[in-house]
Amino acid sequence: MSDVKKIATRESYGNALVEVGKENPNVVVLDADLAAATKTGTFKKVFPERHIDCGIAECNMTGVAAGLATTGKIPFISSFAMFAAGRNFEQVRNSIGYPHLNVKIGATHAGISVGEDGASHQCNEDIALMRTIPGMVVVCPSDDVEAKAAVKAAVEHEGPVYLRFGRLAVPVINDRPDYKFELGKGVVLREGKDLTIVATGLPVAECLAAADMLAKDGIDAKVINIHTIKPLDEELIIAAAKETGKVVTVEEHSVIGGLGSAVCDCLCANAPTKVLKIGMNDKFGESGAAVALLHKYGLDAEGIYNKIKEWA
Amino acid sequence: MYFWRRLWYTKDIKSIQEDNMNKLELQKTANEIRKGIVTAVHSAKAGHPGGSLSAAEVFTYLYFEEMNIDPKDPKKPDRDRFVLSKGHTAPGLYSALAHRGYFPVEDLKTLRKLGSYLQGHPSMQYIPGVDMSSGSLGQGISAACGMALSAKMSNEDYRVYTLLGDGEIQEGQVWEAAMFAGARKLDNLVVIVDNNGLQIDGRIEDVCNPYPIDKKFEAFNFHVINVADGNDFDQLKAAFDEARATKGMPTAIVMKTVKGKGVSFMENQVSWHGTAPNDEQYAIAMADLEKAGEALCQM
Repeated sequence: MSDVKKIATRESYGNALVEVGKENPNVVVLDADLAAATKTGTFKKVFPERHIDCGIAECNMTGVAAGLATTGKIPFISSFAMFAAGRNFEQVRNSIGYPHLNVKIGATHAGISVGEDGASHQCNEDIALMRTIPGMVVVCPSDDVEAKAAVKAAVEHEGPVYLRFGRLAVPVINDRPDYKFELGKGVVLREGKDLTIVATGLPVAECLAAADMLAKDGIDAKVINIHTIKPLDEELIIAAAKETGKVVTVEEHSVIGGLGSAVCDCLCANAPTKVLKIGMNDKFGESGAAVALLHKYGLDAEGIYNKIKEWA
Repeated sequence: MYFWRRLWYTKDIKSIQEDNMNKLELQKTANEIRKGIVTAVHSAKAGHPGGSLSAAEVFTYLYFEEMNIDPKDPKKPDRDRFVLSKGHTAPGLYSALAHRGYFPVEDLKTLRKLGSYLQGHPSMQYIPGVDMSSGSLGQGISAACGMALSAKMSNEDYRVYTLLGDGEIQEGQVWEAAMFAGARKLDNLVVIVDNNGLQIDGRIEDVCNPYPIDKKFEAFNFHVINVADGNDFDQLKAAFDEARATKGMPTAIVMKTVKGKGVSFMENQVSWHGTAPNDEQYAIAMADLEKAGEALCQM
């Protein structure tokens, strides 16, 4: 694994912004004093006149973006997920969601992999929050290739999009020539017949490693990458559930309201299946090195393997 | 689902609009707009008459005199924009839009009814002439800042106006927006505060005193204009002219008004913030406004 390229999806976001900024002069980027961390600073270097730092005022930033969108601009707003989806939730819901304005939220530093900053900054609720907004598209890319594609797809999509990025460098797993990104479409990364692992974001690479470990124990796991939690690729998930009979969901997010809940919502209605949800079990995070935290909370390959082994 | 209607005009008002409206014509229009407000709220059996009535003159002035708009082309890109940040006074905005020709005055009676495009709070997707959806206080001003900023970024000349309540300025986001507007020198932005002195739970100075309002905006790098009587068109004209001439900083117009103005039993009453008149009260209100209209015709 040592020679696999690792890039944080927030880096991918910053780079992708420059690309879409070059293609589309209407793209503007707003930040709330975190441009260095969210990497919107990368866009600022190339297009300083199109980067608007709103200062530490996320609610106003959200409204300003709404106003810009009404005039035909395509605004990206950024901050840490806690503040880009949490602090300004009502503004996202009422100023962007309800009028269905063309604002894209590039939220970085999602989940416990934020690391040392600790619980106040580790957002495990953003997928749940954004899912509840009618008309919102919710995307959580798994690597650099996917993150860049997601940003491009977001610009092409008419309407609000929430994009979830991470602080920690993660392995590139999608750099194959036939890779295609389609909003709302899940990707089967590994075929299998004994159970289905459905994952989103950082844990996707970990799940692939966990599937290899399970294979050594004779458990043949299908791995599906769900980069778009809303709208969910229900067809793919239902088919996999019917085929394999057991489903495990994995996310760097609370087990309440995120990918796991979305999958349960889908399966309960269409193909009731036993589902094991792996994620933050209704607990706040804490300070620590990102890798250590992922290990402690069972979100690395070893933790995922152990939980599935115990349950399957 | 869209409830878009074909537009046609109230002929009388259109012909008046052709010339420069003088004060008397503006007063007559404001009176008509007041009738639309009480009619809409009465018909809906719900809504916010007090704060709609206190702003009837400013709605009239903006839509009939100040703003570069075209009811035939509600989305024309170079138009001036208006954001009703105190979104609950939608009856006032809708009455002004209807009388200005964006949609039929008759439709005001459908306010808040299931199936009507006239939602309880402004909805830009359904209502011709509404530039931004609002209702949750403190948010419209931010959107107005975004529109003003957009004009600056694209080197366009349009102006942006936003109307806030004096209770609304208790919301922190208002000050985030003000700090932003002042910092960015958005001199194409005019923030109007309707200082009618009352909010739901009582007088604003008793609930959570926001005074002095003017000093606060000054501190946020606004040019501030105090209007002693926001129900007086001469004073409104002077204020908006001064705002237009002010360069390098946004303008805040803080206008003292009477909540419920024009309807005798509603004036200066806390209880008429969000209550609809019953049939009897509606009759009295319309009689008040008819009488005022007749008096204007005598002049």
